Amino acid sequence: MSIISMRNVSKFFGDFQALKDVSLDVALGERVVICGPSGSGKSTLIRCINRLEAHERGEIIVDGTTLTDKPDDLEKIRGMVGMVFQQFNLFPHLTVMENLCLGPRRVLGLSEQEARARAMKHLERVQIPDQAEKFPRQLSGGQQQRVAIARSLCMEPRIMLFDEPTSALDPEMIAEVLEVMTELASSGMTMIVVTHEMGFARRVADRMVFMDKGEIVEVGAPEDVFVAPQSKRFGTFIKQILNH
Amino acid sequence: MKRVLVLAPVLLLLSGCSNNWGWYVVDPTTTSGWNNLKFMASGAFYTIGMSVTAIMISVVVGLLVAMPGLSEKRGWRMFNRTYVEIVRSVPVLVLILWVYYGLPALSGITLSVFWAGVLALALSDSAFQAEIFRAGIQSISKGQYEAAQSISLNYRDTMRYVILPQAIRRILPALGNQLVYMLKMSSLVSVIGMQELTRKANELVVSEYRPLEIYTILVLEYLVLILIVSAGVRWLERRMKASDT
Repeated sequence: MSIISMRNVSKFFGDFQALKDVSLDVALGERVVICGPSGSGKSTLIRCINRLEAHERGEIIVDGTTLTDKPDDLEKIRGMVGMVFQQFNLFPHLTVMENLCLGPRRVLGLSEQEARARAMKHLERVQIPDQAEKFPRQLSGGQQQRVAIARSLCMEPRIMLFDEPTSALDPEMIAEVLEVMTELASSGMTMIVVTHEMGFARRVADRMVFMDKGEIVEVGAPEDVFVAPQSKRFGTFIKQILNH
Repeated sequence: MKRVLVLAPVLLLLSGCSNNWGWYVVDPTTTSGWNNLKFMASGAFYTIGMSVTAIMISVVVGLLVAMPGLSEKRGWRMFNRTYVEIVRSVPVLVLILWVYYGLPALSGITLSVFWAGVLALALSDSAFQAEIFRAGIQSISKGQYEAAQSISLNYRDTMRYVILPQAIRRILPALGNQLVYMLKMSSLVSVIGMQELTRKANELVVSEYRPLEIYTILVLEYLVLILIVSAGVRWLERRMKASDT
């Protein structure tokens, strides 16, 4: 039973076709890593899943609900799907605690006390409970990204989307974010991760998806595709990534 | 040092470089001078009252007009453009006269001088406020909206808790400018008989025949008011900055 089902999804930016008839199923609890050269459509693909981008053709079904502009359906799906961005996108005028409590308070209708308790639980999970009263700019990039992960988790999503979560980080901070993501994966969260971190992909992914020019070129288990990529394009890409 | 530089030209004027000065008219050590000063200062109540009331209304109206300007729908944006272009092309003085003399004839609604002044000032300023808000809101990055969407915040909550608090921090200096502008523009309401600072000065000039001294005091009155506003805005800016560093 797949929790996300994408059928022949196409997305255009003006004349440019960012996604070309893409189909992908993700099972509950599955960890999918999407990689590919820049401009291949991998970010667009996951941004379509919570409708930060609206697809023009095809169908996306999340947990039985078809994604349309209908506010009720959209709300239902966004409530199920959390997202972590490359640039963190924390709310700079709010403290860490306020960043985490905003959604639970306003969307889920939790009381102040419940929201704070939940926020604290997730801050402990991402290992920065002591930064609760600070503002985002007082934290390092790695800490900010972990706050962003906690902010998503506070909405108790069933699916987490990661859009190049470590690409804006200094090398020494990548590990701490990947560690949190690995822990999340081992807890059974359904995850779709766009990343170039091949070590992480190898450790965590159930499936690797390779995209190029708006198409899914290859899908396979990491232990297979890294050793013997089926397509020439994926082979070249992996070589470039691993040798750089 | 800076203050000395600012006040130097004023002091130069007051130093008696011309023997036509007659400061007795506003000399606080004499009874009549003191009374004249009190008479002039008594206009401050209306100058401040009108300006503050008008700015509060114009901020609200400006925000309401700015919102459609950010819409993806062409019709809403057209409404915003039309409002802004028309309202800001009417001179404030003309708008004051129109509201006071024109509106009653047109609608049967007669406004007191105070409220006619407030309405005209607020209306005129609201077009500028709308542009300031639009620019401020547009300066907030797309990522903030996306983050708000990703935690399912609706449009209203996104604006209220995420976008506007950040936008207001950015536009605070511009809002301060508008308040200064408003204090000065309120002098125009004197033409319909509002007993504010400028009107009081005019009346005193008519009875005392000392325009030079009286208008100099008037300049100082506005200067003091505006320096207070500037200091207030700066304090607010610092406070808001301090709250998120």
